[in-house]
Amino acid sequence: MTAPAPRPIAPPGQRARLLELQGVTKVFGGEVTALSGLSLRVDEGDFLSLLGPSGCGKSTALRLIAGLTAPTRGRILWEGGQAGGDLSVVFQEPTLMPWATVEANVFLPFRLRGERLAEARPRIAEVLALVGLEGFARAYPRELSGGMRMRVSIARAIATNPRLILMDEPFAALDEITRQRLNDDLLALKARIGCTVIFVTHSVFESVFLSDRIVVMAPRPGRVVEEVAVDAPYPRDMAFRTSAAYAARTQVASTALLAAMGQAA
Amino acid sequence: MTARPGHLHAEALFDADEARRLRARRVEAVARWLLPVAVVMLTVVAWDAFSASDEVRERIFPRPLTVWDQFVEDRALLFDSLMVTLRITVLALGISVVGGVLLAILFTQSRFAELVFFPYAVVLQVTPIVSIAPLIFIYVQDPLARVLICAWIVAFFPILSNTTLGLKSTDPNLRDLFTIYRATAWQRLVHLQLPSALPYFLGGLRIAGGLALIGAIVAEYVAGISGSGSGLAFRILEASYRYNYPRMFAALILIAVVGVVIFATTTLLSWWLLRRWHDSAVRRE
Repeated sequence: MTAPAPRPIAPPGQRARLLELQGVTKVFGGEVTALSGLSLRVDEGDFLSLLGPSGCGKSTALRLIAGLTAPTRGRILWEGGQAGGDLSVVFQEPTLMPWATVEANVFLPFRLRGERLAEARPRIAEVLALVGLEGFARAYPRELSGGMRMRVSIARAIATNPRLILMDEPFAALDEITRQRLNDDLLALKARIGCTVIFVTHSVFESVFLSDRIVVMAPRPGRVVEEVAVDAPYPRDMAFRTSAAYAARTQVASTALLAAMGQAA
Repeated sequence: MTARPGHLHAEALFDADEARRLRARRVEAVARWLLPVAVVMLTVVAWDAFSASDEVRERIFPRPLTVWDQFVEDRALLFDSLMVTLRITVLALGISVVGGVLLAILFTQSRFAELVFFPYAVVLQVTPIVSIAPLIFIYVQDPLARVLICAWIVAFFPILSNTTLGLKSTDPNLRDLFTIYRATAWQRLVHLQLPSALPYFLGGLRIAGGLALIGAIVAEYVAGISGSGSGLAFRILEASYRYNYPRMFAALILIAVVGVVIFATTTLLSWWLLRRWHDSAVRRE
Protein backbone atom coordinates (compact mmCIF):
# COMPACT_ATOMS: atom_id res chain seq x y z
CA MET A 1 0.00 0.00 0.00
CA THR A 2 1.59 3.25 -1.10
CA ALA A 3 0.92 6.83 -0.11
CA PRO A 4 -2.11 8.21 -1.94
CA ALA A 5 -1.52 11.40 -3.92
CA PRO A 6 -2.83 14.52 -2.17
CA ARG A 7 -6.12 15.82 -3.47
CA PRO A 8 -5.72 19.32 -4.93
CA ILE A 9 -7.45 22.06 -2.92
CA ALA A 10 -9.23 24.69 -4.96
CA PRO A 11 -9.19 28.31 -3.75
CA PRO A 12 -12.27 29.32 -1.70
CA GLY A 13 -15.19 30.21 -3.93
CA GLN A 14 -14.26 27.61 -6.56
CA ARG A 15 -14.72 24.55 -4.39
CA ALA A 16 -17.13 21.75 -5.14
CA ARG A 17 -19.83 20.96 -2.60
CA LEU A 18 -19.06 18.00 -0.29
CA LEU A 19 -22.11 18.01 1.91
CA GLU A 20 -24.95 20.24 2.89
CA LEU A 21 -27.09 20.40 6.02
CA GLN A 22 -30.56 21.71 5.26
CA GLY A 23 -32.62 22.98 8.17
CA VAL A 24 -31.29 20.31 10.49
CA THR A 25 -32.96 20.22 13.89
CA LYS A 26 -32.10 17.80 16.66
CA VAL A 27 -34.40 17.40 19.65
CA PHE A 28 -33.35 15.10 22.50
CA GLY A 29 -36.00 13.31 24.51
CA GLY A 30 -38.76 15.29 22.86
CA GLU A 31 -37.94 18.47 24.79
CA VAL A 32 -34.30 19.62 24.63
CA THR A 33 -33.57 21.30 21.30
CA ALA A 34 -29.83 20.81 20.86
CA LEU A 35 -29.78 22.20 17.35
CA SER A 36 -32.35 24.35 15.62
CA GLY A 37 -32.62 24.70 11.84
CA LEU A 38 -28.94 24.39 11.00
CA SER A 39 -28.22 25.03 7.34
CA LEU A 40 -24.61 24.72 6.32
CA ARG A 41 -22.76 23.91 3.15
CA VAL A 42 -19.35 22.32 3.44
CA ASP A 43 -17.10 22.36 0.40
CA GLU A 44 -14.31 20.03 -0.67
CA GLY A 45 -11.07 21.29 0.94
CA ASP A 46 -12.66 23.54 3.55
CA PHE A 47 -11.18 23.94 6.99
CA LEU A 48 -14.39 24.82 8.74
CA SER A 49 -14.58 25.55 12.46
CA LEU A 50 -17.74 25.39 14.51
CA LEU A 51 -17.11 27.94 17.25
CA GLY A 52 -19.36 28.48 20.24
CA PRO A 53 -19.91 28.13 23.96
CA SER A 54 -20.94 24.79 25.48
CA GLY A 55 -24.52 23.83 24.71
CA CYS A 56 -24.58 25.50 21.30
CA GLY A 57 -24.98 22.15 19.54
CA LYS A 58 -21.61 22.10 17.80
CA SER A 59 -20.81 18.58 18.96
CA THR A 60 -24.35 17.49 18.06
CA ALA A 61 -23.79 18.85 14.55
CA LEU A 62 -20.62 16.78 14.32
CA ARG A 63 -22.40 13.62 15.52
CA LEU A 64 -25.13 14.19 12.94
CA ILE A 65 -22.59 14.52 10.14
CA ALA A 66 -20.76 11.43 11.41
CA GLY A 67 -24.03 9.51 11.19
CA LEU A 68 -23.94 8.66 14.91
CA THR A 69 -27.39 10.14 15.36
CA ALA A 70 -30.20 11.08 13.00
CA PRO A 71 -31.74 14.54 12.61
CA THR A 72 -35.21 15.10 14.07
CA ARG A 73 -36.06 17.39 11.16
CA GLY A 74 -34.18 18.48 8.05
CA ARG A 75 -31.67 16.49 6.06
CA ILE A 76 -28.02 16.06 5.28
CA LEU A 77 -27.09 15.79 1.61
CA TRP A 78 -23.85 14.16 0.53
CA GLU A 79 -22.20 14.77 -2.81
CA GLY A 80 -21.81 11.36 -4.43
CA GLY A 81 -23.53 9.42 -1.66
CA GLN A 82 -22.91 9.20 2.04
CA ALA A 83 -19.26 9.55 2.95
CA GLY A 84 -19.43 6.58 5.32
CA GLY A 85 -16.11 4.78 5.16
CA ASP A 86 -14.58 7.93 3.71
CA LEU A 87 -14.87 9.81 6.97
CA SER A 88 -13.02 9.69 10.25
CA VAL A 89 -13.35 11.31 13.64
CA VAL A 90 -10.95 12.63 16.27
CA PHE A 91 -12.55 13.01 19.68
CA GLN A 92 -11.58 15.25 22.59
CA GLU A 93 -10.02 12.23 24.29
CA PRO A 94 -7.47 10.28 22.25
CA THR A 95 -9.92 7.33 22.35
CA LEU A 96 -7.25 4.67 21.93
CA MET A 97 -7.62 1.03 22.85
CA PRO A 98 -5.41 0.77 25.97
CA TRP A 99 -4.74 -2.93 25.41
CA ALA A 100 -3.35 -2.40 21.92
CA THR A 101 -0.02 -1.01 20.75
CA VAL A 102 0.20 2.25 18.82
CA GLU A 103 0.48 0.24 15.60
CA ALA A 104 -2.57 -1.89 16.41
CA ASN A 105 -4.55 1.24 17.25
CA VAL A 106 -3.75 2.86 13.90
CA PHE A 107 -4.50 -0.49 12.24
CA LEU A 108 -8.07 -0.49 13.61
CA PRO A 109 -9.86 1.11 10.62
CA PHE A 110 -8.02 -1.27 8.27
CA ARG A 111 -8.81 -4.27 10.45
CA LEU A 112 -12.51 -3.37 10.51
CA ARG A 113 -12.43 -3.26 6.71
CA GLY A 114 -11.01 -6.78 6.72
CA GLU A 115 -7.44 -5.93 5.74
CA ARG A 116 -4.36 -7.76 7.03
CA LEU A 117 -1.76 -6.11 9.20
CA ALA A 118 1.03 -7.07 6.82
CA GLU A 119 -0.67 -5.15 3.99
CA ALA A 120 -1.42 -2.08 6.07
CA ARG A 121 1.93 -1.94 7.88
CA PRO A 122 3.78 0.31 5.38
CA ARG A 123 0.94 2.82 5.43
CA ILE A 124 0.80 2.72 9.26
CA ALA A 125 4.55 3.37 9.46
CA GLU A 126 4.09 6.24 7.03
CA VAL A 127 1.33 8.01 8.96
CA LEU A 128 3.15 7.48 12.25
CA ALA A 129 6.13 9.23 10.67
CA LEU A 130 3.82 12.00 9.44
CA VAL A 131 2.61 12.74 12.97
CA GLY A 132 6.15 12.48 14.35
CA LEU A 133 5.87 9.13 16.07
CA GLU A 134 8.51 7.03 14.31
CA GLY A 135 9.78 4.33 16.60
CA PHE A 136 6.66 4.27 18.77
CA ALA A 137 4.77 1.55 16.88
CA ARG A 138 5.32 -1.01 19.65
CA ALA A 139 4.52 1.38 22.53
CA TYR A 140 1.29 1.20 24.50
CA PRO A 141 -0.90 4.30 24.89
CA ARG A 142 -0.24 4.56 28.62
CA GLU A 143 3.47 4.92 27.94
CA LEU A 144 2.85 8.09 25.90
CA SER A 145 2.17 11.70 26.90
CA GLY A 146 -1.22 13.31 26.27
CA GLY A 147 0.04 15.10 23.18
CA MET A 148 1.54 11.91 21.76
CA ARG A 149 -1.68 10.00 22.36
CA MET A 150 -3.54 12.67 20.42
CA ARG A 151 -1.01 12.26 17.61
CA VAL A 152 -1.79 8.53 17.49
CA SER A 153 -5.48 9.43 17.31
CA ILE A 154 -4.78 11.78 14.39
CA ALA A 155 -2.60 9.16 12.68
CA ARG A 156 -5.50 6.69 12.91
CA ALA A 157 -7.88 9.28 11.46
CA ILE A 158 -5.70 10.12 8.44
CA ALA A 159 -4.42 6.57 7.83
CA THR A 160 -7.33 5.63 5.58
CA ASN A 161 -6.94 8.87 3.61
CA PRO A 162 -10.53 10.05 4.27
CA ARG A 163 -12.18 12.86 2.33
CA LEU A 164 -13.56 14.33 5.53
CA ILE A 165 -12.14 14.48 9.05
CA LEU A 166 -14.38 15.51 11.94
CA MET A 167 -12.60 16.84 15.01
CA ASP A 168 -14.44 17.42 18.28
CA GLU A 169 -12.34 19.79 20.43
CA PRO A 170 -9.34 17.49 19.97
CA PHE A 171 -6.79 19.72 21.68
CA ALA A 172 -8.97 21.15 24.47
CA ALA A 173 -7.35 19.01 27.16
CA LEU A 174 -3.75 19.77 26.15
CA ASP A 175 -1.40 22.46 27.41
CA GLU A 176 -0.96 25.60 25.32
CA ILE A 177 2.48 24.73 23.93
CA THR A 178 1.44 21.24 22.85
CA ARG A 179 -1.75 22.65 21.41
CA GLN A 180 0.08 25.18 19.23
CA ARG A 181 2.46 22.52 17.92
CA LEU A 182 -0.44 20.23 17.09
CA ASN A 183 -2.25 23.11 15.37
CA ASP A 184 0.82 23.69 13.16
CA ASP A 185 1.13 19.97 12.43
CA LEU A 186 -2.57 19.62 11.69
CA LEU A 187 -2.42 22.33 9.01
CA ALA A 188 0.62 20.65 7.44
CA LEU A 189 -1.14 17.28 7.43
CA LYS A 190 -4.30 18.71 5.91
CA ALA A 191 -2.32 20.34 3.10
CA ARG A 192 -0.51 17.06 2.52
CA ILE A 193 -3.65 14.94 2.31
CA GLY A 194 -5.95 17.52 0.78
CA CYS A 195 -8.93 16.57 2.90
CA THR A 196 -11.82 18.55 4.31
CA VAL A 197 -11.86 19.26 8.05
CA ILE A 198 -14.77 20.20 10.30
CA PHE A 199 -13.32 21.32 13.60
CA VAL A 200 -15.33 21.93 16.75
CA THR A 201 -13.75 24.31 19.26
CA HIS A 202 -14.55 26.93 21.87
CA SER A 203 -11.26 28.74 21.31
CA VAL A 204 -11.41 31.86 19.12
CA PHE A 205 -7.63 31.87 18.64
CA GLU A 206 -7.48 28.24 17.58
CA SER A 207 -10.35 28.62 15.12
CA VAL A 208 -8.87 31.74 13.49
CA PHE A 209 -5.43 30.19 13.17
CA LEU A 210 -6.70 26.97 11.63
CA SER A 211 -9.76 27.67 9.53
CA ASP A 212 -10.73 29.43 6.37
CA ARG A 213 -14.33 29.51 7.55
CA ILE A 214 -15.62 29.98 11.10
CA VAL A 215 -19.26 29.28 11.85
CA VAL A 216 -20.18 30.98 15.13
CA MET A 217 -22.97 29.28 17.04
CA ALA A 218 -25.19 30.27 19.96
CA PRO A 219 -26.79 28.09 22.62
CA ARG A 220 -30.36 27.36 23.77
CA PRO A 221 -31.37 26.44 21.18
CA GLY A 222 -28.17 25.69 19.27
CA ARG A 223 -28.06 27.70 16.06
CA VAL A 224 -25.74 29.53 13.67
CA VAL A 225 -25.45 33.26 14.28
CA GLU A 226 -22.66 34.32 11.98
CA GLU A 227 -20.05 33.09 9.56
CA VAL A 228 -16.58 34.63 9.59
CA ALA A 229 -14.25 34.08 6.64
CA VAL A 230 -10.51 33.96 7.38
CA ASP A 231 -9.01 34.72 4.00
CA ALA A 232 -5.34 34.58 4.98
CA PRO A 233 -3.49 32.14 2.70
CA TYR A 234 -1.98 28.82 3.82
CA PRO A 235 0.59 27.78 4.89
CA ARG A 236 0.16 29.70 8.11
CA ASP A 237 2.92 29.84 10.68
CA MET A 238 4.17 31.76 13.72
CA ALA A 239 4.26 34.94 11.62
CA PHE A 240 0.52 34.64 11.01
CA ARG A 241 -0.12 34.33 14.76
CA THR A 242 1.42 37.77 15.29
CA SER A 243 0.07 39.44 12.14
CA ALA A 244 -2.47 42.27 11.98
CA ALA A 245 -4.75 40.11 9.80
CA TYR A 246 -4.84 37.47 12.56
CA ALA A 247 -5.63 40.09 15.21
CA ALA A 248 -8.38 41.59 13.06
CA ARG A 249 -10.07 38.23 12.38
CA THR A 250 -9.78 37.31 16.06
CA GLN A 251 -11.52 40.57 16.89
CA VAL A 252 -14.38 39.83 14.49
CA ALA A 253 -14.81 36.26 15.73
CA SER A 254 -14.66 37.33 19.38
CA THR A 255 -17.29 39.97 18.84
CA ALA A 256 -19.54 37.49 17.08
CA LEU A 257 -19.05 34.97 19.88
CA LEU A 258 -19.80 37.56 22.57
CA ALA A 259 -22.92 38.62 20.69
CA ALA A 260 -23.96 34.96 20.44
CA MET A 261 -23.59 34.49 24.18
CA GLY A 262 -25.33 37.79 24.86
CA GLN A 263 -28.34 36.61 22.87
CA ALA A 264 -28.49 33.48 24.93
CA ALA A 265 -28.36 35.26 28.28
CA MET B 1 24.10 35.95 49.51
CA THR B 2 21.42 35.54 52.12
CA ALA B 3 19.59 33.12 49.87
CA ARG B 4 22.49 30.71 49.78
CA PRO B 5 22.33 29.06 53.20
CA GLY B 6 18.61 28.60 52.71
CA HIS B 7 19.24 26.95 49.37
CA LEU B 8 21.79 24.59 50.88
CA HIS B 9 19.42 23.81 53.68
CA ALA B 10 16.72 22.85 51.19
CA GLU B 11 19.18 20.55 49.45
CA ALA B 12 20.13 18.83 52.68
CA LEU B 13 16.47 18.32 53.51
CA PHE B 14 15.85 16.77 50.11
CA ASP B 15 18.79 14.41 50.58
CA ALA B 16 17.59 13.27 53.99
CA ASP B 17 14.16 12.64 52.54
CA GLU B 18 15.65 10.68 49.64
CA ALA B 19 17.78 8.61 51.99
CA ARG B 20 14.79 7.85 54.18
CA ARG B 21 12.77 6.71 51.19
CA LEU B 22 15.63 4.52 49.97
CA ARG B 23 15.98 2.94 53.41
CA ALA B 24 12.23 2.32 53.61
CA ARG B 25 12.33 0.60 50.23
CA ARG B 26 15.22 -1.64 51.26
CA VAL B 27 13.48 -2.57 54.52
CA GLU B 28 10.29 -3.40 52.64
CA ALA B 29 12.12 -5.63 50.15
CA VAL B 30 13.40 -7.81 53.00
CA ALA B 31 10.28 -7.57 55.17
CA ARG B 32 8.04 -8.71 52.34
CA TRP B 33 9.50 -12.21 52.59
CA LEU B 34 10.83 -12.28 56.10
CA LEU B 35 7.63 -11.22 57.88
CA PRO B 36 5.28 -13.90 56.50
CA VAL B 37 7.90 -16.60 57.07
CA ALA B 38 8.45 -15.41 60.63
CA VAL B 39 4.72 -15.35 61.31
CA VAL B 40 4.28 -18.90 60.02
CA MET B 41 7.21 -20.15 62.08
CA LEU B 42 5.89 -18.41 65.17
CA THR B 43 2.46 -19.97 64.63
CA VAL B 44 3.97 -23.45 64.32
CA VAL B 45 6.01 -22.96 67.49
CA ALA B 46 2.95 -21.69 69.40
CA TRP B 47 0.86 -24.59 68.04
CA ASP B 48 3.52 -27.04 69.19
CA ALA B 49 3.76 -25.51 72.64
CA PHE B 50 -0.01 -25.50 73.01
CA SER B 51 -0.57 -29.14 72.07
CA ALA B 52 2.50 -30.41 73.93
CA SER B 53 1.39 -28.79 77.18
CA ASP B 54 -1.26 -31.44 77.88
CA GLU B 55 -1.24 -35.14 77.13
CA VAL B 56 -4.98 -35.46 76.37
CA ARG B 57 -4.92 -32.35 74.27
CA GLU B 58 -1.99 -33.66 72.31
CA ARG B 59 -4.05 -36.65 71.22
CA ILE B 60 -6.88 -34.64 69.63
CA PHE B 61 -4.71 -31.66 68.70
CA PRO B 62 -1.54 -33.26 67.33
CA ARG B 63 1.83 -31.55 67.35
CA PRO B 64 3.18 -30.24 64.02
CA LEU B 65 5.85 -32.91 63.77
CA THR B 66 3.27 -35.67 64.32
CA VAL B 67 1.21 -34.23 61.48
CA TRP B 68 4.31 -34.09 59.31
CA ASP B 69 5.18 -37.74 60.07
CA GLN B 70 1.60 -38.76 59.24
CA PHE B 71 1.80 -36.77 56.05
CA VAL B 72 4.98 -38.54 54.99
CA GLU B 73 3.50 -41.92 55.90
CA ASP B 74 0.23 -41.25 54.01
CA ARG B 75 1.81 -39.43 51.12
CA ALA B 76 0.69 -41.88 48.44
CA LEU B 77 -2.86 -41.94 49.74
CA LEU B 78 -3.04 -38.16 50.21
CA PHE B 79 -1.48 -37.52 46.84
CA ASP B 80 -4.17 -39.63 45.14
CA SER B 81 -6.87 -37.71 47.03
CA LEU B 82 -5.21 -34.43 46.17
CA MET B 83 -5.36 -35.37 42.49
CA VAL B 84 -9.08 -36.20 42.77
CA THR B 85 -9.92 -32.88 44.43
CA LEU B 86 -7.62 -30.93 42.14
CA ARG B 87 -9.12 -32.53 39.05
CA ILE B 88 -12.66 -31.63 40.10
CA THR B 89 -11.63 -28.09 41.04
CA VAL B 90 -9.80 -27.43 37.79
CA LEU B 91 -12.57 -29.03 35.69
CA ALA B 92 -15.26 -27.02 37.50
CA LEU B 93 -13.26 -23.83 37.07
CA GLY B 94 -12.78 -24.59 33.38
CA ILE B 95 -16.50 -25.19 32.83
CA SER B 96 -17.27 -22.04 34.84
CA VAL B 97 -14.96 -19.99 32.66
CA VAL B 98 -16.44 -21.31 29.40
CA GLY B 99 -20.04 -21.24 30.64
CA GLY B 100 -19.72 -17.91 32.45
CA VAL B 101 -18.09 -16.13 29.54
CA LEU B 102 -20.48 -17.58 26.95
CA LEU B 103 -23.51 -16.64 29.07
CA ALA B 104 -22.08 -13.15 29.59
CA ILE B 105 -21.65 -12.74 25.83
CA LEU B 106 -25.22 -13.95 25.31
CA PHE B 107 -26.49 -11.48 27.93
CA THR B 108 -24.75 -8.52 26.31
CA GLN B 109 -25.79 -9.46 22.78
CA SER B 110 -29.42 -10.00 23.69
CA ARG B 111 -31.25 -7.99 26.32
CA PHE B 112 -34.04 -10.56 26.05
CA ALA B 113 -31.75 -13.44 26.97
CA GLU B 114 -30.51 -11.49 29.97
CA LEU B 115 -34.06 -10.83 31.19
CA VAL B 116 -34.96 -14.50 30.82
CA PHE B 117 -31.88 -16.19 32.25
CA PHE B 118 -30.42 -13.77 34.76
CA PRO B 119 -32.95 -14.62 37.53
CA TYR B 120 -31.91 -18.28 37.34
CA ALA B 121 -28.26 -17.33 37.65
CA VAL B 122 -29.04 -15.25 40.73
CA VAL B 123 -31.18 -17.98 42.33
CA LEU B 124 -28.41 -20.54 41.77
CA GLN B 125 -25.93 -18.14 43.31
CA VAL B 126 -27.88 -17.15 46.44
CA THR B 127 -29.08 -20.66 47.33
CA PRO B 128 -26.47 -22.29 49.58
CA ILE B 129 -24.84 -25.20 47.79
CA VAL B 130 -25.21 -27.51 50.81
CA SER B 131 -28.97 -27.27 50.41
CA ILE B 132 -28.97 -28.04 46.68
CA ALA B 133 -26.29 -30.73 46.73
CA PRO B 134 -28.42 -33.53 48.29
CA LEU B 135 -30.94 -33.17 45.48
CA ILE B 136 -28.23 -33.23 42.86
CA PHE B 137 -26.90 -36.41 44.42
CA ILE B 138 -30.35 -37.99 44.10
CA TYR B 139 -30.88 -37.03 40.46
CA VAL B 140 -27.37 -37.36 39.05
CA GLN B 141 -25.86 -40.81 39.17
CA ASP B 142 -22.46 -40.24 37.63
CA PRO B 143 -20.02 -39.75 40.55
CA LEU B 144 -17.83 -37.25 38.74
CA ALA B 145 -20.70 -35.29 37.20
CA ARG B 146 -22.56 -34.75 40.48
CA VAL B 147 -19.51 -33.30 42.25
CA LEU B 148 -18.65 -31.27 39.19
CA ILE B 149 -22.13 -29.75 39.04
CA CYS B 150 -21.89 -28.64 42.67
CA ALA B 151 -18.50 -27.01 42.16
CA TRP B 152 -19.69 -25.36 38.98
CA ILE B 153 -22.80 -23.84 40.59
CA VAL B 154 -20.62 -22.18 43.22
CA ALA B 155 -17.89 -21.00 40.88
CA PHE B 156 -19.55 -19.74 37.72
CA PHE B 157 -21.43 -16.73 39.07
CA PRO B 158 -18.51 -14.34 39.72
CA ILE B 159 -17.24 -15.05 36.21
CA LEU B 160 -20.66 -14.44 34.70
CA SER B 161 -21.41 -11.22 36.58
CA ASN B 162 -17.91 -9.75 36.25
CA THR B 163 -17.62 -10.55 32.55
CA THR B 164 -21.10 -9.15 31.87
CA LEU B 165 -20.10 -5.94 33.64
CA GLY B 166 -16.85 -5.82 31.67
CA LEU B 167 -18.51 -6.38 28.30
CA LYS B 168 -20.79 -3.44 29.04
CA SER B 169 -17.98 -1.18 30.26
CA THR B 170 -16.59 -0.15 26.89
CA ASP B 171 -15.45 3.41 26.24
CA PRO B 172 -18.45 5.19 24.62
CA ASN B 173 -16.13 7.09 22.26
CA LEU B 174 -14.58 3.82 21.10
CA ARG B 175 -18.09 2.48 20.56
CA ASP B 176 -18.83 5.51 18.36
CA LEU B 177 -15.58 4.96 16.49
CA PHE B 178 -16.55 1.34 15.78
CA THR B 179 -19.93 2.59 14.52
CA ILE B 180 -18.28 5.13 12.22
CA TYR B 181 -16.01 2.44 10.81
CA ARG B 182 -19.09 0.24 10.34
CA ALA B 183 -17.87 -2.63 12.51
CA THR B 184 -19.98 -5.78 12.54
CA ALA B 185 -21.37 -7.11 15.83
CA TRP B 186 -18.71 -9.82 15.75
CA GLN B 187 -15.85 -7.32 15.20
CA ARG B 188 -17.22 -5.18 18.01
CA LEU B 189 -17.27 -8.20 20.33
CA VAL B 190 -13.80 -9.47 19.46
CA HIS B 191 -11.90 -6.20 19.12
CA LEU B 192 -13.70 -3.99 21.62
CA GLN B 193 -15.88 -5.75 24.17
CA LEU B 194 -13.77 -8.81 24.99
CA PRO B 195 -10.53 -6.84 25.54
CA SER B 196 -12.46 -4.28 27.64
CA ALA B 197 -13.88 -7.13 29.74
CA LEU B 198 -10.54 -8.87 30.32
CA PRO B 199 -9.62 -7.10 33.61
CA TYR B 200 -13.13 -7.69 34.97
CA PHE B 201 -13.07 -11.34 33.90
CA LEU B 202 -9.71 -11.89 35.59
CA GLY B 203 -11.10 -10.38 38.80
CA GLY B 204 -13.96 -12.87 38.59
CA LEU B 205 -11.54 -15.71 37.88
CA ARG B 206 -9.62 -15.04 41.10
CA ILE B 207 -12.82 -15.33 43.11
CA ALA B 208 -14.09 -18.33 41.13
CA GLY B 209 -10.81 -20.23 41.64
CA GLY B 210 -11.30 -20.25 45.40
CA LEU B 211 -15.01 -20.99 45.07
CA ALA B 212 -14.43 -23.98 42.76
CA LEU B 213 -12.30 -25.56 45.48
CA ILE B 214 -14.98 -24.82 48.11
CA GLY B 215 -17.64 -26.31 45.81
CA ALA B 216 -15.58 -29.45 45.27
CA ILE B 217 -14.96 -29.90 49.01
CA VAL B 218 -18.60 -29.25 49.95
CA ALA B 219 -19.80 -31.76 47.35
CA GLU B 220 -17.48 -34.40 48.79
CA TYR B 221 -18.79 -33.73 52.27
CA VAL B 222 -22.38 -34.06 51.13
CA ALA B 223 -21.52 -37.31 49.38
CA GLY B 224 -20.02 -38.32 52.72
CA ILE B 225 -18.37 -41.57 53.60
CA SER B 226 -20.97 -43.40 51.51
CA GLY B 227 -19.89 -41.50 48.40
CA SER B 228 -17.69 -43.04 45.80
CA GLY B 229 -15.25 -40.13 46.01
CA SER B 230 -11.84 -40.28 47.52
CA GLY B 231 -10.82 -36.64 47.52
CA LEU B 232 -9.26 -34.68 50.33
CA ALA B 233 -12.59 -33.89 52.01
CA PHE B 234 -13.44 -37.58 51.93
CA ARG B 235 -10.07 -38.27 53.63
CA ILE B 236 -10.88 -35.80 56.40
CA LEU B 237 -14.27 -37.41 57.03
CA GLU B 238 -12.84 -40.90 56.94
CA ALA B 239 -9.96 -39.94 59.25
CA SER B 240 -12.36 -38.37 61.73
CA TYR B 241 -14.36 -41.61 61.97
CA ARG B 242 -11.08 -43.41 62.69
CA TYR B 243 -9.94 -40.78 65.22
CA ASN B 244 -6.88 -40.26 63.04
CA TYR B 245 -6.39 -36.59 63.89
CA PRO B 246 -2.91 -36.19 62.40
CA ARG B 247 -4.27 -37.29 59.02
CA MET B 248 -7.18 -34.84 59.30
CA PHE B 249 -4.67 -32.06 59.84
CA ALA B 250 -2.46 -33.25 56.98
CA ALA B 251 -5.41 -33.29 54.57
CA LEU B 252 -6.65 -29.94 55.84
CA ILE B 253 -3.26 -28.29 55.33
CA LEU B 254 -3.12 -29.79 51.85
CA ILE B 255 -6.50 -28.23 51.00
CA ALA B 256 -5.28 -24.85 52.25
CA VAL B 257 -2.14 -25.18 50.13
CA VAL B 258 -4.27 -25.97 47.05
CA GLY B 259 -6.34 -22.83 47.73
CA VAL B 260 -3.23 -20.68 48.03
CA VAL B 261 -1.74 -22.15 44.85
CA ILE B 262 -4.97 -21.48 42.91
CA PHE B 263 -5.05 -17.91 44.18
CA ALA B 264 -1.37 -17.35 43.34
CA THR B 265 -1.80 -18.84 39.85
CA THR B 266 -4.82 -16.71 38.96
CA THR B 267 -3.18 -13.59 40.41
CA LEU B 268 -0.04 -14.24 38.39
CA LEU B 269 -2.07 -14.90 35.24
CA SER B 270 -3.97 -11.65 35.77
CA TRP B 271 -0.77 -9.68 36.27
CA TRP B 272 0.85 -11.24 33.22
CA LEU B 273 -2.08 -10.56 30.89
CA LEU B 274 -2.53 -6.96 32.04
CA ARG B 275 1.06 -5.95 32.70
CA ARG B 276 1.45 -3.79 29.61
CA TRP B 277 -1.71 -1.74 29.74
CA HIS B 278 -3.94 -1.97 32.80
CA ASP B 279 -3.60 0.27 35.85
CA SER B 280 -4.00 -2.68 38.20
CA ALA B 281 -0.84 -4.35 36.91
CA VAL B 282 1.45 -1.50 35.91
CA ARG B 283 3.74 -0.13 38.57
CA ARG B 284 3.92 3.64 38.83
CA GLU B 285 7.37 5.03 38.08
